[in-house]
Amino acid sequence: MRKRVAGLILAFLSPMSVAQNQVNMSPGVTEIGADIFELHMLIMWICVVIGIAVFAVMFYSIYAHRKSKGHQAAQFHESTKVEVAWTVVPFLILIAMAVPATSTLLEVYDNDEAELDILITGYQWKWKYEYLDESGEPVAFFSNLATPQEEIYNTDQKGDNYLLEVDEPLVLPTNTKVRFLVTANDVIHSWWVPEIAVKRDAIPGFINEAWTRVPEEGIYRGQCTELCGAYHGFMPVEVHAVSRPEFDAWMAAKRGDLTGMTNG
Amino acid sequence: MGDHHHGPAQGISRWLFTTNHKDIGTMYLWFSFAMFLLGGFFAMVIRAELFQPGMQLVEPGFFNQMTTLHGLVMVFGAIMPSFVGLANWLIPMMIGAPDMALPRMNNWSFWILPPAFLMLASTLFMEGGAPAFGWTFYAPLSTTYAAPSVTFFIFAIHVLGVSSIMGSINIIATVMNMRAPGMTYMKMPLFVWTWLITAFLLVAVMPVLAGAVTMMLMDIHFGTSFFSAAGGGDPVLFQHIFWFFGHPEVYIIILPAFGVVSQIIPAFSRKPLFGYASMVYATASIAFLSFVVWAHHMYTVGMPIAGELFFMYATMLIAVPTGVKVFNWISTMWRGALSFETPMLFCIGFLILFTLGGFTGLMLSIAPADFQYHDTYFVVAHFHYVMVAGAVFSMTAAIYYWLPKWCGRMYNETMGKTHFWISFIGFNITFFPQHFVGLAGMPRRIPDYALQFADFNMMSSIGAFIYGASQLLFLYNVVATIVAGKSVSDEKVWDGAEGLEWTVPTPAPYHTFEEPPLVPKPVGTI
Amino acid sequence: MSSFRLSRIPAIDTALKLVTISAVMFAFVFVVMVPLYNVLCDALGINGKTSSQVYTAVPAAVDESREVTVQFVVINNDGMPWSFAPTTRVMRVHPGAANGVVFTASNPTDQSMVAQAIPSISPSRAAAYFHKTECFCFEQQALAARDGAEMPLQFIVDQGLPRDIRTITLSYTLFDVTDTVTDGLAAR
Repeated sequence: MRKRVAGLILAFLSPMSVAQNQVNMSPGVTEIGADIFELHMLIMWICVVIGIAVFAVMFYSIYAHRKSKGHQAAQFHESTKVEVAWTVVPFLILIAMAVPATSTLLEVYDNDEAELDILITGYQWKWKYEYLDESGEPVAFFSNLATPQEEIYNTDQKGDNYLLEVDEPLVLPTNTKVRFLVTANDVIHSWWVPEIAVKRDAIPGFINEAWTRVPEEGIYRGQCTELCGAYHGFMPVEVHAVSRPEFDAWMAAKRGDLTGMTNG
Repeated sequence: MGDHHHGPAQGISRWLFTTNHKDIGTMYLWFSFAMFLLGGFFAMVIRAELFQPGMQLVEPGFFNQMTTLHGLVMVFGAIMPSFVGLANWLIPMMIGAPDMALPRMNNWSFWILPPAFLMLASTLFMEGGAPAFGWTFYAPLSTTYAAPSVTFFIFAIHVLGVSSIMGSINIIATVMNMRAPGMTYMKMPLFVWTWLITAFLLVAVMPVLAGAVTMMLMDIHFGTSFFSAAGGGDPVLFQHIFWFFGHPEVYIIILPAFGVVSQIIPAFSRKPLFGYASMVYATASIAFLSFVVWAHHMYTVGMPIAGELFFMYATMLIAVPTGVKVFNWISTMWRGALSFETPMLFCIGFLILFTLGGFTGLMLSIAPADFQYHDTYFVVAHFHYVMVAGAVFSMTAAIYYWLPKWCGRMYNETMGKTHFWISFIGFNITFFPQHFVGLAGMPRRIPDYALQFADFNMMSSIGAFIYGASQLLFLYNVVATIVAGKSVSDEKVWDGAEGLEWTVPTPAPYHTFEEPPLVPKPVGTI
Repeated sequence: MSSFRLSRIPAIDTALKLVTISAVMFAFVFVVMVPLYNVLCDALGINGKTSSQVYTAVPAAVDESREVTVQFVVINNDGMPWSFAPTTRVMRVHPGAANGVVFTASNPTDQSMVAQAIPSISPSRAAAYFHKTECFCFEQQALAARDGAEMPLQFIVDQGLPRDIRTITLSYTLFDVTDTVTDGLAAR
């Protein structure tokens, strides 16, 4: 514990060690992730600027208009002009925010043809992935938490990917538009991978849609983000983005050992 | 409180059968403080478990019961009743009325609350445990997949809903019918205005919540399928109904807090509230907008894009009236003669932290960005900035501000200021790092987390223990004041205070304004 | 409030009016919000819900100029042991043309069971353009122990389907409703 506190202090001193104590949203690897990140930063900086202006006025007043300094209270209490100004100006700022927000939203809702369709089904408490655009029996498998109980109950050293590792990850080809159809088997779940900026609720009985195009090979981790019962915190998502040939080889191997995996 | 030589019955029957608005207000306040400690205790369990990665103290299922009960108890048991208590004490005194309009109903609306919460708390000891589906109780986790105790939860919600509706009806009936001659609507203190609007919100949306839990009850016990796809229903419908109640509910919590701040800041600035009329209109606009923004809690549910855009624009609009309020408060302070007694400190704390919560609220309103924020600790940080630093700080300010009037004794100022600084620092240590872990990807409502969130969570837990402990100091200070505080007898306890409640003797006698007062001057110029 | 009075005592009058408002709001949830939500779902295709009515085909020209891919997906809800699958997983159809596909279901258990299939379409914008002229999802399906059945679906994709939609996914989630059906019978 002392080590962790020391680590915390260190983290503030060296802004480079972000992996440990990340303080901001990740721009992620996808185009949409980057757009959302920029939008987030834009709105945040607008808020920071407004905040500094507003609080500067307040703190100046706290400093300069103290009774203890003998300041006499003025008695003004209304001005239609300023009221109109601070109604209209914020409204204009909001319009400036709404423009990029709308265009990013339209991007998220784009429904151009995808090359690969994957059905994601949330279960208490695991995910099932089913590759759809294949003829014949689809490749389907469950993805369970791989972190051992000993690590969770503190009898074993916790690994680097504690609670974010699964037995069988979702494998995606890079530079391919992938469509996710998201649904659930029992209660509502939500499938989220921050690095690829996809979060969609999984609702029993209905399907939801999302998409991504991952440009870089890598491992991207996420978690269920809708409370789904006792082990809600223990159903992570792990995505491996691999090159097209690697993906095809993986798919062929998967199809090869399709055994006894049926619905449910 | 009150004085025993005039009016009140003796012993327990005074409290059981009282129809006196001051007695009932006192009971509401003590009850809500007890609930605040209970909800706070649940929060301490949560933060203790989250102190380090790994499961240490409780099991995941019990952890969910804690988050659920923490939310329910704080929203329905602590914050809402505390403001009803404040309304009971203050509204008649502020508008020059002898009591609430419907005193007998007032008694009932309080006395059905404790059994409701007793029932809710008793679910902890039932087979299958307490409700563990979050305070938002989304179906089907709260219906098909819930523990049997859900039926008691539903009944508790019904009872406290009835209590809230009765309380609101009383407030509206009082404000509309009992104002002293000359106390026109636009002369009412802002606290009365915000409560009047809040009460209308409550009358409109508490029945919606009652409808939602009734549907749950029918789905669970009578074979209907409002929220189950199997029978032609839809779990998403639950979310729409819940948030149609839930978003106005958020303003039900914060509007009376706005009212409190609008009373206290002018008093310690020794200057009238800036823009009284615009404050009234801004409050009404916020209340109106609260009915058309509910689905911003559901951006990831898969709405058509037109819906996303509508709810995004409508939500962003709320920033305008809220901004007006903040600007008005700061203009009230501007060129005043400021002093910083404990109530003022809490109001300034409110102003800073609520504004931060407003900024994160604006960020959350942006639908595409919300895809990354939704259901993470960023949201948790946001709503604790508005609910704790907003509602609870203003409530604390209110207690320090009016307590001397109520009991004729002055609290210990040094202890009050200490309480403020510990609260302020503890609160920020708790909740500021939650913005970071949320943005970095930590989902809410999880009992255990990945290692990269460990440091900030430890910090958060330490802050929570500090903030929690500071409330005991508050309790001590209040009790010590009532028992042995320094006597005050000035009618105006604070030199800058304005309003009818400061024209009655201190401590406020058991009965006030049995003869309607002369309303001195427009409250717009308090 | 208006000059209409529910009581001569003003405070009681106000209170009674407010009680009325809250009663109306309670009823509003049941008689307005629920039906309104269903209407909006049908109109906007929220959750990809399709009409639960048989579509009576309006004869119209088949749009040979484009092909739409229709994908069939099945999900067994919690505790549903049936095996359930479409005989064809993907079809390419012309808007306006009538198409058919058969789903097979079998009940591997030793009890007779009743199931209900719930359709959902993605993208949801396509839901209003997907017409079912015959569907097993319009009613519940009963299967005796170890029995199987073929369940037909006949559909037409509307010519008005927005041109940017080239793939439609139709999912069926199969729910076990044996208990609700037996409870219903027992109640009778």
